[in-house]
Amino acid sequence: MRINRLKEKAMQGVFFLTAITSIAAVVIICIFLFYNGVPAMAKIGFGEFLGGQQWSPRNVPASYGIFNMIIGSIYVTAGALVIGVPIGILTAVFLARFCPKSLYKVLKPATELLAGIPSIVYGFFGLMVIVPFIREHFGGSGSSLLAASIVLGIMILPTIIGISESALRAVPESYYEGALALGATKERSVFKTILPASKSGVLAGVVLGIGRAIGETMAVVLIEGNQVQIPASLTDGVRTLTANIVLEMGYSTGLHREALIATGVVLFVFILLITLSMQAIKSRSEKHNG
Amino acid sequence: MADNNAVTDIKEIKAINKVTFKQRMISYKRRPLSLVMLILVAVAAFLSAAALIFLIVYILVKGVPNLTPDLFAWEYNSDNVSCMPAIINTVIITFLTLLIAVPFGIGAAIYLAEYAKKGNKLVKVIRTMAETLSGIPSIVYGLFGMMCFVTALHWNLSLLAGGFTLAIMVLPTIMRTTEEALLTVPDSYREGSYGLGAGKLRTIIKIILPSAMPGILAGIILAVGRIVGETAALIYTAGSATGTVSGVMDSGRTLAIHMYVLANEGLYTNQAWGTAVVLLVLVFGINTLSAFIAKKLGSKKG
Repeated sequence: MRINRLKEKAMQGVFFLTAITSIAAVVIICIFLFYNGVPAMAKIGFGEFLGGQQWSPRNVPASYGIFNMIIGSIYVTAGALVIGVPIGILTAVFLARFCPKSLYKVLKPATELLAGIPSIVYGFFGLMVIVPFIREHFGGSGSSLLAASIVLGIMILPTIIGISESALRAVPESYYEGALALGATKERSVFKTILPASKSGVLAGVVLGIGRAIGETMAVVLIEGNQVQIPASLTDGVRTLTANIVLEMGYSTGLHREALIATGVVLFVFILLITLSMQAIKSRSEKHNG
Repeated sequence: MADNNAVTDIKEIKAINKVTFKQRMISYKRRPLSLVMLILVAVAAFLSAAALIFLIVYILVKGVPNLTPDLFAWEYNSDNVSCMPAIINTVIITFLTLLIAVPFGIGAAIYLAEYAKKGNKLVKVIRTMAETLSGIPSIVYGLFGMMCFVTALHWNLSLLAGGFTLAIMVLPTIMRTTEEALLTVPDSYREGSYGLGAGKLRTIIKIILPSAMPGILAGIILAVGRIVGETAALIYTAGSATGTVSGVMDSGRTLAIHMYVLANEGLYTNQAWGTAVVLLVLVFGINTLSAFIAKKLGSKKG
């Protein structure tokens, strides 16, 4: 009996330890990133690092300003949202409200399939198809803000569709029926009652999409040109924070390497902010429902 | 009785209230914006579907003719750029990752679902942290793995370092799916087991885990899909060495990294298309298997 009780207690302890690994993992990741990245930021100067427009690690003296890359990440993400959000939300509306059952059986797994495609395949597809298309029809080299926005827009579609659809389905049917009974058309009922009622869920999907777009690396590095500049037009090249890390980490040493890790820290902080706002949206909607 | 009557009444009314096509057209004429919205919705759904179909068909058309025996030769050289060593490396790294992530993920899920009390502060923290982990981009995992496993622990570029990095990355996936699977096990199973005198541990191992197995398996397979497609987290942890590895401390490229290198060099476009097909088929196969198993679980429940 006592051995049994001991075993129970011991295993409970083991399960508890495995449960706190995720806390430990986040803490260790934070420590490694900040310990290696923040001193480099201090050495370069926080203002110089975050606000500097010059990124030339091989110059003497070298300068490490990632302002253009921060703007690049924001531009590319915004471009992805312009393409992905309207199509994503409208597709979710279609799936939740307009789709015949037989078509749904095909379309739903298809959107899930889209989520499973590895980012490198998206990148290669963009490189071989979208980049040449832009080069021929819009001019420039093709590797551009536009190419990255299109590919990322497609990549965030499944995230936005999936979360928006379940949010739309969670709205009580009586809202829709009430609107119909008042004489509204089907479309009007959907867009004036169901969509507004599900807005926090839809917003959560969009925020998650932002997180995916800003953190995406392998797909954009192949197609965005990677010039360190603030693009003046859609067909100009752009470099994101993620691309900066992946492009130069291989051969960097010393302060250059630390500056790249600091770039990762900036990206990490962006993502933490997104995760926090995501949780705020979630808890707000839970309160709303409860 | 009165309630029942009301229900049947409503059903009858619904049947009478069928909107004919003509009536619909009239209402659209009165509200043209509704028609515009309908068209927009249809166009959006069409675009989403078209993007997927175009992507897959294009890759298959370009890639399938390049699936030559050369591409699957056992030895890699710069003539055949065979993806066979990369496939083997992918399998090794998948097993390494699962070896680490599965026990931790399932253990954590058991704690959350079976031991933790409702409203426990710590549980909330664990959930938040797992959510944070799942939001971190893979390139940040790659950076962390490089600093922690490759540099600080002196594992150098190796499959082991890559496996550990990926294990942290897929941990939240396995945790979440396992917990969901555990929560679908009816409480009566637990009560029955306790009623027969079994302890908590015995109940978990003999009753709950076996009944939740399909759900857990579906989650693990989902994680495999992520591992196979991962590039950014591996490029500075497992490295991109060609050829077959002799142990887990060797550097080796997985299939996804192999494809990145081919695409980046731009010299072997045809082989890259072929590799893309292999990668797509693998990932789709894995995801379909996961969905199939999860569905089986769903039908058993219902």
